[in-house]
Amino acid sequence: MPDENEFEGEYQGGTVKRFLYVNRRAPHGTIYPHETLEMVLIAAAFDQDVTVVFLDDGVYQIKKDQDTKGIGIKNFTPAFRALDDYDVEKLYVEKESLEARGLTAEDLLVPVEVVSTEELREIMAEQDVVLGG
Amino acid sequence: MPYDYNGAVVEADEEGYIQDISLWTRELAELIARGENIEMTGDHWEVVNFLRDYYEEYQIAPAVRILTKAIKKTMGPEKGNSKYLYELFPYGPAKQACKIAGLPKPTGCI
Repeated sequence: MPDENEFEGEYQGGTVKRFLYVNRRAPHGTIYPHETLEMVLIAAAFDQDVTVVFLDDGVYQIKKDQDTKGIGIKNFTPAFRALDDYDVEKLYVEKESLEARGLTAEDLLVPVEVVSTEELREIMAEQDVVLGG
Repeated sequence: MPYDYNGAVVEADEEGYIQDISLWTRELAELIARGENIEMTGDHWEVVNFLRDYYEEYQIAPAVRILTKAIKKTMGPEKGNSKYLYELFPYGPAKQACKIAGLPKPTGCI
């Protein structure tokens, strides 16, 4: 098995692409949000240019103080706070989605930029790859 | 590849990462380390404990580059560098130290 150094060396010469990950689902109940976060961390570990968007029920993914004991699954959401260590700093939340759910940026566990649907459209248009979760 | 330890069997995947993090003990860590040909010293424990704290806080096992950076931030550059960490864990500081720490395989390590 090759070690991480070899992988890193191999990828250092590669092209950096702009990846955008779109989160639209509530954090628990399906595997998509957790798996999308894994994809984000892997892309970031390989030095890609990563942007993450939260809209619709996806805004609940980064709500503070989640407690999953009652549904018997691991609360993976503290891992969003590690995004900063992975140099993933471009986190956008759709303003309309946040407001429709009675939330504000203070209810979120990571610093984000709140943007309108219109601004989000521009952000999406700038990407090389857009992936939904 | 389960570990036989104190008469009990601790389940692990084919690479030796234990399945149930709650079954981890320092003695089990020593056993896993021996399987990796690592004699645990204070310096090894420092990294393993750091990883366990990181996991406790963020619920993920960090990739090697992230681990190096995080160690640099808290323990300084003489420990937060690849050379030092690879001397302690020759087959990959994140991979081996995570295995010994009873954590899953690091995220971003394929």
